[in-house]
Amino acid sequence: MSVLHLAILLPLLAAPFIPFLFRALKRIHTGWFVLVVPVLLFVYFFRFIGITSAGDVVSETVEWMPSLGINFTAYVDGLGLLFALLITGIGALVVLYSIYYLNKDKESLGHFYVYLLLFMGAMLGVVLSDNMVVMYMFWELTSISSFLLIGYWYEKERSRYGARKSMLITVFGGLSMLGGIVILESIVGSFSIRDMVANQALIAESPFFVAAMILILLGAFTKSAQFPFHIWLPDAMEAPTPVSAYLHSATMVKAGLYLVARMSPVFQESSLWLWIIVSVGTFTLFWGAFNAVKQTDLKGILAFSTVSQLGLIMSLLGLGAAALHYDGIDDNIFMVATIAAIFHLINHATFKGSLFMMVGIVDHETGTRDIRKLGGLMTVMPITFTIAVIGSLSMAGLPPFNGFLSKEMFLKATTKVFSMDFFALDTIGILIPVVAFIASVFTFIYSLIIFTRTFMGKAKFDELPKQPHEAPIGMLIPPAILAILVVVLGFVPNVLSNSLIKPAVESIYPTLVASGQEVKVDIYFWHGPTPELFMTLGIIALGTLMFFMINKWMGIYNHIPNRLTLNGMYDGSLVWSNKAAYRFKDNYMTGFIRSYLIYIFLFLSGMLLFSMYWFDLFNFSFGEMEAVAPYEYVLGAVIILAALAILFMGSRLPSIILLGVIGYSVALFFVFFGAPDLALTQLVIETVSVALFLLVFYHMPEISRKEVRVKFKVENAIVSVIVGVTVMLLSFMALSNRSVSSISEYYKENVYDLAAGKNMVNVVLVDFRGFDTLFEIVVLAVAAIGIYTMIKFRTTERTKGAHEHESEK
Amino acid sequence: MEIFVSIIIGVLTMSAVYMILSKSLLRIIIGTGLLSHAAHLLVLTMGGLKTGAAPVLVDGVTEYTDPLPQALVLTAIVISFGVTAFFLVLAYRAYQELTTDNIEEMKGTESND
Repeated sequence: MSVLHLAILLPLLAAPFIPFLFRALKRIHTGWFVLVVPVLLFVYFFRFIGITSAGDVVSETVEWMPSLGINFTAYVDGLGLLFALLITGIGALVVLYSIYYLNKDKESLGHFYVYLLLFMGAMLGVVLSDNMVVMYMFWELTSISSFLLIGYWYEKERSRYGARKSMLITVFGGLSMLGGIVILESIVGSFSIRDMVANQALIAESPFFVAAMILILLGAFTKSAQFPFHIWLPDAMEAPTPVSAYLHSATMVKAGLYLVARMSPVFQESSLWLWIIVSVGTFTLFWGAFNAVKQTDLKGILAFSTVSQLGLIMSLLGLGAAALHYDGIDDNIFMVATIAAIFHLINHATFKGSLFMMVGIVDHETGTRDIRKLGGLMTVMPITFTIAVIGSLSMAGLPPFNGFLSKEMFLKATTKVFSMDFFALDTIGILIPVVAFIASVFTFIYSLIIFTRTFMGKAKFDELPKQPHEAPIGMLIPPAILAILVVVLGFVPNVLSNSLIKPAVESIYPTLVASGQEVKVDIYFWHGPTPELFMTLGIIALGTLMFFMINKWMGIYNHIPNRLTLNGMYDGSLVWSNKAAYRFKDNYMTGFIRSYLIYIFLFLSGMLLFSMYWFDLFNFSFGEMEAVAPYEYVLGAVIILAALAILFMGSRLPSIILLGVIGYSVALFFVFFGAPDLALTQLVIETVSVALFLLVFYHMPEISRKEVRVKFKVENAIVSVIVGVTVMLLSFMALSNRSVSSISEYYKENVYDLAAGKNMVNVVLVDFRGFDTLFEIVVLAVAAIGIYTMIKFRTTERTKGAHEHESEK
Repeated sequence: MEIFVSIIIGVLTMSAVYMILSKSLLRIIIGTGLLSHAAHLLVLTMGGLKTGAAPVLVDGVTEYTDPLPQALVLTAIVISFGVTAFFLVLAYRAYQELTTDNIEEMKGTESND
């Protein structure tokens, strides 16, 4: 167990102590204790920058299940470190923010911070595990802790709905991913991601390549809220705002991006990879931006904008795969896409985190997040307003903020599809920059909506639940830090180039790096009059125009009927599957023993007849048979007639007597077959059985002793004939396939020498196979005790039961 | 001989299944009795119905019937008797408590699920 492992597990190890601290130290906000964890971890991971930027990796293994090849291998490279720093850095800011956001007397903070720490540890485990099964374990832990955090205010119905929805969708994706992992392991023979990357050619040749890729991508798409799985994210906004800021903008939803980036070296040679990711990502980008504009809840806008931005990063990661097919020149222009993806991932975490915290402040200080009720807060909350403007403009992609830089790189990457002459990118691919342009216009519009509707316009303070005022300083510090980062990264983007972005990009292209190509990360603020600059100008112009005419075209959103929305379909499918399951259950679980017996009998016959047919066992060849003596015919006829007659007996007494007739005839058969012991036992037992039957018959209550006509039932008759014929055929089959001789020769030879007895059956029963007899005695004893109990322990029960019956009536 | 007994077994099974599918508890128990007869005969027949002396060692006799199926059937007879006896008393008690032997009336209601 190395220090690195302890660092990953530190949040999980700290979690159990939180409830005790919450109980014991009531005066201090529990968040202060929690804050220590991410700060320590951030400092710890910060020290790795030197290692990864030099191109080295750190790998530590702890054996967990070595026989299954599942070991906890912690692996730090550029990509993992970038995420680890995001998780711990933003984690620290979110914990600080939550200290001021959540009231220590009104909220159960013990729960909150346990869930948050669980999540933090799980997320660190996801990004720093080399073993895919371990990664999957942490992956599901993020789903579970996210479920708990969304449902934190569990007394609210919407919270429970959102938590359940996110759980269903992300766990569906997680399980698909597990399938992909298992397929990959079966190809490569190892769960290690590095082994998979090394055996990438082997995977590419496998017939299961596409299946594995799609299953893995399902996991990534559901987690990162890509279309059509994005629907859980807006409903997850019922969580407390620090949670939304942390999980649903900066970290958990990026786990899918991490997975795509991490698995890129394995899959990205395939054109399918590029096409699936780019098309899903681009469409998500458009759909999220399009839907964000119509939201009236600030967190709703931010949720859809997160969906949209995640789609942007996703499509960039897909486009980055083109770099592998384009190695003509040193200056690999498609690597720009991956660099832009990583850069925007950082930028998005900063500005979206600050925006969520800003919304939390507004909610906290005014009591509402509805933009129809808000307005004119600029003068009362100047610092919050500044943060909102910086975050929104960076999201819109305006200079001088970092969003501008990554947006420019994004547009540059999309316009480059024209120059690609493979995978049909130069034909259908033209759609990519077009969609990207439209989506950016919508992004611009909703970014403007966020701060203009909230902070500008007419002040309507009378309608607000609370009288607004500026937030406490502690609540402002975390978003302010993020906003400052937005500006700093905007002006000096290259501070991160060599330390974080380059190692991360290098981990996505291990083959290119190995072949000696160097990744050049150089982010320019001003790159001349390029096409993307004109696109940005177009976006600003069109966006401003549409923003001011927003009332003219808002009507288009009303044309989508509720039933056809994805949410409507999700809800409908839940209701439908519930109903269908109930209907299915009600149809076959009738509650009548008879139905179940019919299923059992038909299944038995069906399976037997089918397998006899399948293995071609209907060729009966009986060989030498014993001749049938005339008296045996007579006896057999008696049994058959009695067995048939018993079916038509209306009264029970004749049926009992007929059963006795059959029993005694069977005993006679035993005599003919040379089985005296059997005959003896059968005679005695049949006598006792008939006596018992008569006893029961005699003691029957008056009402049911009356004669009932037995109604003939056709389906019962069919079933019974089928079963009878099956058993008969079965015995024919067994008779004609006797391939080994009986073991009984041994008994016959040794019965006297070894066991000192002459009656072979008795010797077999008590000597050779005495255990059978022992437990048969036990069966009789148990039956006797059971009967005694049933008869004896009843008087009280009976009177009680009778009383209950009466009281019911 | 074996074919003839197999047909008897088939008929017994058929009657047993028909009885088991009926509504009356007593008829169901009669059906299980028939089914156990069929099973015992089946086991014995599958061992082969060779002529020979009963499996008791006697000087000068070389041909015996197979003792092993007989031992198995003997065990089965006793067990099925125990179960039948238990089942019969159970039915008897059910009559007393529920005053019916119609199993379709012995259905739980929604409230006591």
